[in-house]
Amino acid sequence: MSLALDLALCGLILCVALGAVVGRGVFRSVIFFITYGLLLAIGWARLGAKDVALAEAAIGAGLTGVLLLTAHGRLRRMSVERAPRVGPNPMAATTGIAVALALGWAWFALPAPTAPDLAAALPLTGMGNPVTGVLLHFRAWDTLLESIVLLAALLGVWMLARDVDWHAPLGLRYHARPGGVLASFGRLLPPIGLSFGSYLVWAGADGTGGAFQGGTVLAAVVLVAMMAGVLPPPRVAQGGLRAALVVGPGVFLLSGLLAVALGMGFLTLPPAVAKPATLIIEVALTVSIAVTLAVLVIGPPDDKEPVR
Amino acid sequence: MVTDLATYALTGLGLVFFWAGTIGLIRFPDTFSRLHALTKADNLGLGFIALGLAFQADGWATLAMLALIWMLALLAAGTVAQLVARAALSPPEEDEE
Amino acid sequence: MTLWLHILVLGLLASLAGALWRVWHGPAQSDRMMAAQLVGTGGVAVLSVLAALQDWDLLVVALALAVLAALAAVGFVKAQTPDSAGDPEETPPPTGGDRRSRAVRATAHGD
Repeated sequence: MSLALDLALCGLILCVALGAVVGRGVFRSVIFFITYGLLLAIGWARLGAKDVALAEAAIGAGLTGVLLLTAHGRLRRMSVERAPRVGPNPMAATTGIAVALALGWAWFALPAPTAPDLAAALPLTGMGNPVTGVLLHFRAWDTLLESIVLLAALLGVWMLARDVDWHAPLGLRYHARPGGVLASFGRLLPPIGLSFGSYLVWAGADGTGGAFQGGTVLAAVVLVAMMAGVLPPPRVAQGGLRAALVVGPGVFLLSGLLAVALGMGFLTLPPAVAKPATLIIEVALTVSIAVTLAVLVIGPPDDKEPVR
Repeated sequence: MVTDLATYALTGLGLVFFWAGTIGLIRFPDTFSRLHALTKADNLGLGFIALGLAFQADGWATLAMLALIWMLALLAAGTVAQLVARAALSPPEEDEE
Repeated sequence: MTLWLHILVLGLLASLAGALWRVWHGPAQSDRMMAAQLVGTGGVAVLSVLAALQDWDLLVVALALAVLAALAAVGFVKAQTPDSAGDPEETPPPTGGDRRSRAVRATAHGD
């Protein structure tokens, strides 16, 4: 019965993935992509990877959906969607299939890596959650660089702004009917989401959660508040916004440099202070991740939409 | 066990409501009937399933989580149904294809 | 109980597959969006049952999905408004027979 369940889930995931790439309509592909993220989250949960399932649910089914739908609406208004459609692309299909086959071959052909015993090393990190321990200690380099990549992506988006718009608020001027359903929702959901997101960060030390998952939930509710017109969009020049964007990578980097100054390796946290230090880095990273993701989705500063 | 029986009955009922919602979504003739079929039926289904699972819960925290999940799903569904229905009343120029 | 919970998940996945049929066929964008909403609610149900089956910690994932359930649809209705930034409730609803004809148009003009 367990096998039947897994097969059904895999079949659904494959169908949805196909639905996202073979259809011609952009909107339909977007909707299939949203359900794809959702089913992947179920798949990860089925495998027992709670933290990955959480990240996939928050990013795949939450933020990516709103990002793609907003982009689709924008394309439609610029009437780009009526552009002649490209036909099937055999080149892309062949490349995709080749990469998939190569990865599948690698999975079976390569020897399983012999990792050091994580359970034995975990007490050094002071973390109860092995995922958080690995992310912030054993592969701290990757995590640091990922947080900087997010910042770089935001700078890339901001560069799309016209010079004259630079001091305008970020994104569109969102508005909603006062007292309407959307405005009420924008006031009701954020307190719940803020509590839940903060809980995820706190629980990430020893249980399911983490800075990335918590930060994504926080970003999502901040986004809802902005789209409901409850929270005014920030401006690039605001000191608070800039500080929030860099506090995560900054604190992480400084802690690594401090370790060097104290004669240890870069990004090494001594076991004695590992837990409090990790928590401080996690909180700083959460702030940066939440703000960066939210303003990434909102878009570059824009005084008014380009008229076509 | 009585608790197991309650789980069988309530989750089974929940599944029936989910199927009812899906059948409505597939069979009903226009956007607005479909909207009303699914937002009502599937959230009732989720409620029955959460209630049925609550009989298997291992503590108060789990019960509270199940209740919170259902309430948030209701909040989202109510909001979305209203907003999408209003958006569908005056659709933008045209749909694709 | 384990067997029944497996059957329950399979039943819910079948219901999701039905909703995916509607995502594929549309015809209106609202149809696809609402079908995705049903997949979302069904996903929350599947995750809750999996939590009972495997590990109650998985309820956190279901809770995350429930918190973010409305996000995509809010983005959708925003994009449907004339300036992509408004609220469908800002324009008064069409009344009477007009409403009916618009409802029919909403379904008919898709393909």
